[in-house]
Amino acid sequence: MKERPACARLPDGARLNLSHGPIYLILQAFGTPAAVHAAEQAAMRRFATILDDLCAELPLLRSPACPSGQHPQGATACRMTDAVRPFAAHGFITPMAAVAGAVADEILAAMTGAASLEKAYVNNGGDIALHLAAGSAFTLGIVESINSPHIAATARISAESPIRGIATSGWAGRSFSLGIADAVTILARTAAAADAAATLVANAVDLPHPSIRRRPATDLQPDSDLGARPVTTFVGSLEQPAIAEALRKGRQKAEQFQAEGHIIAAALFLKGHGFNTGDLALADAPLAVLPKTSACPPAHQTMQRISVHA
Amino acid sequence: MSDPSEKIRCDACPVLCYIKDGMAGACDRYANRAGELVRVDPHVILDRTLEHGGQIVPFGHRDDWSGDLMEDHPRFVTAIGAGTTYPDYKPAPFIISTKLDGIDMVTVVTEGIFSYCGVKIKIDTDRYLGAEAATVRARGEPVGHVTTGEYGSQMLSLGGVNHLTHGGKKEGRVTCDTLLDLCNRKPVELAVDGGATMIVQAGCAPIVNGVQEQRMRVGCGSAAIGMFAQQWFGQVDEVIVVDDHITGVLSEHQAGKVLGVRETGIRIRGRRSTPGRYFHVAAPGAGWGGTNLDDPLSIIEGFDPSKAWPGLSLLMVSTTGEHAAYFRLDDALRPVEHAKPPHIVAFVERIRENCEPALSTVLFMGGAGGSLRAGVTENPVRLTRSVKDMLTRVTSGGAPVYVWPGGGITFMVDVMRLPANAFGHVPTPAIVAPIEFTLTLADYEALGGHMAHVRPAEALHASFAHLVSPDEVNPWPLDHLDPGGRKPRRKGGA
Repeated sequence: MKERPACARLPDGARLNLSHGPIYLILQAFGTPAAVHAAEQAAMRRFATILDDLCAELPLLRSPACPSGQHPQGATACRMTDAVRPFAAHGFITPMAAVAGAVADEILAAMTGAASLEKAYVNNGGDIALHLAAGSAFTLGIVESINSPHIAATARISAESPIRGIATSGWAGRSFSLGIADAVTILARTAAAADAAATLVANAVDLPHPSIRRRPATDLQPDSDLGARPVTTFVGSLEQPAIAEALRKGRQKAEQFQAEGHIIAAALFLKGHGFNTGDLALADAPLAVLPKTSACPPAHQTMQRISVHA
Repeated sequence: MSDPSEKIRCDACPVLCYIKDGMAGACDRYANRAGELVRVDPHVILDRTLEHGGQIVPFGHRDDWSGDLMEDHPRFVTAIGAGTTYPDYKPAPFIISTKLDGIDMVTVVTEGIFSYCGVKIKIDTDRYLGAEAATVRARGEPVGHVTTGEYGSQMLSLGGVNHLTHGGKKEGRVTCDTLLDLCNRKPVELAVDGGATMIVQAGCAPIVNGVQEQRMRVGCGSAAIGMFAQQWFGQVDEVIVVDDHITGVLSEHQAGKVLGVRETGIRIRGRRSTPGRYFHVAAPGAGWGGTNLDDPLSIIEGFDPSKAWPGLSLLMVSTTGEHAAYFRLDDALRPVEHAKPPHIVAFVERIRENCEPALSTVLFMGGAGGSLRAGVTENPVRLTRSVKDMLTRVTSGGAPVYVWPGGGITFMVDVMRLPANAFGHVPTPAIVAPIEFTLTLADYEALGGHMAHVRPAEALHASFAHLVSPDEVNPWPLDHLDPGGRKPRRKGGA
């Protein structure tokens, strides 16, 4: 029974919810009423075929990226491929690592192409594309746990900042992770780039440890692009040195990506510990890392969720 | 129904995920449940057509469907995702009327906030988890205790009001998280003071000290002798089934005596209970048959030279068949290990074959005897009486419950029989669990129900809800509820 793309206005009367299969977008445009209407119409038109377009090229998008490989046809698929190619030298990655961010970028591009907006965001399950005209800004809020939703940290992103994409990855999230990070949040120039980098940095937060359970990805999802690679299914208690070592490896990767210009900043979280990298001066206020608290929720409930405030 | 071991292909969207049994697709909204494609996000309505091979009725804004949930097929509105009206002086969120064989029925649907609740866990293992009454911890916090050892399994009791609200703040929060995860069938790491560390997940094999349990014992050592003595008779001179609880010895056991097994003169350490049944042959542990033994011969003191003979054959085996060794006595009547001949291998395999897969099973237990009842009726004690008199059926997410006798409405439900992710929590801390009360409209009126709030099921619009196929092992929640009620069965009643 095929479900069609669905569109709903959220109860606040402002945000729009577009969903189809695994895609679940919340978006909002700011500007004159006519501009907002035109942007929303454009978003819906683009959304109507975006999943079908992607699925038409799934086998290629699930194959490992290589710098000289075949280029896909679709616009969103090209965004995915472009986002992951710079990381291909760092190890295994497929364009699917950037799918959520690329969809957000693609819908945002449709909106900004149709109308002159003050600002806009497209949030695809935590992977967010931003549009900021001169003089405007967004405040990002980070929620420590989806079970106790309160804003634990904020970062203000203004038009002068190059940041236009935010993405979060972790083993307990919707997508599989090869690492054990509860969450890795990346700020980058596009949501697709942030998505790809978050995947790789979250993979890097890792170490061998008996408290960690892993299973071949294909045991869980037979058509996963990760094949038989072991994905994390449970992270038990870890000693302090193990947490520090896993975070250190993630930090190394994040700093490398930053030095190569792929990302602007990163925040890493594991078992209530974390830190950030990057030139946070690019954000008007630093993306403060959560202090270690006794209120740390269990790892499998800890998933950073980012909200955008006008 | 297709083979549950096979993956199914979801056709809900163009991704066309292959989904294995018990897993969800890329969207996390569709899952393979025993070979059927089901939706797994609330609010959940059990759709009876699905179990008869019907198609999932689409929901949402569709052109080709009127949007009426209740058309055509029997449905049962569960409390999963229904919300609550705590503090319950207001009527419950959904009071739904349906017709069953011409009788008007009412189902009162609410999510209960259970400050008084916990889980009872049965872990199928012979391994030593910890002493009875030892504290069980999650993330360092006390969340419950080890309770009785039962048949082939160890029971844990977690939660309860003393951990949820009477301990420290962190203790309450960790207890709540632990209960929530266990009820939603997620894995939880538990550590017993002075005992084992384990990963427990409802419906999955327990992992004790990093070792995944495979089999539940075939029986105690004595039971194993009784079960297989006839098959062993004449094929091997002596069999010892090593068990931390009751070790069995074939030649001395009643089963061996009846068959006429020759005395072997074997002397076993430990305390003899009755002939061929020994307690305390070793200390509890993770070795043979739940003992701490790595060398089974250490429980044999020796052989009486007036009865034993050179060449005597001896099989030592654990209650699961996971450990086994074969010996023959040498001329000095000392046991010497030999390779197991094929018939001995077959005996051990027979024991293994008769073991059931080891599981962790989780029953949620909660007391709905408090204010929640006020959302059902203006006169709460009448609801309690109606449940006791079996005029009102209690279900949890459509699953049958056991209502504990005595005061209050304290019920237990197997978390595997509810739809997925049926439980929630509030920071109080307390667990939010679905509960439905079903009775005839006439009985509902008689017990002081909120009649003005009864809505026909047809009035529930599709956008509120999604449909899942009921668990096929559950009775349909509306079936066999005698509209006339059953006569109260009270001792001493007229």
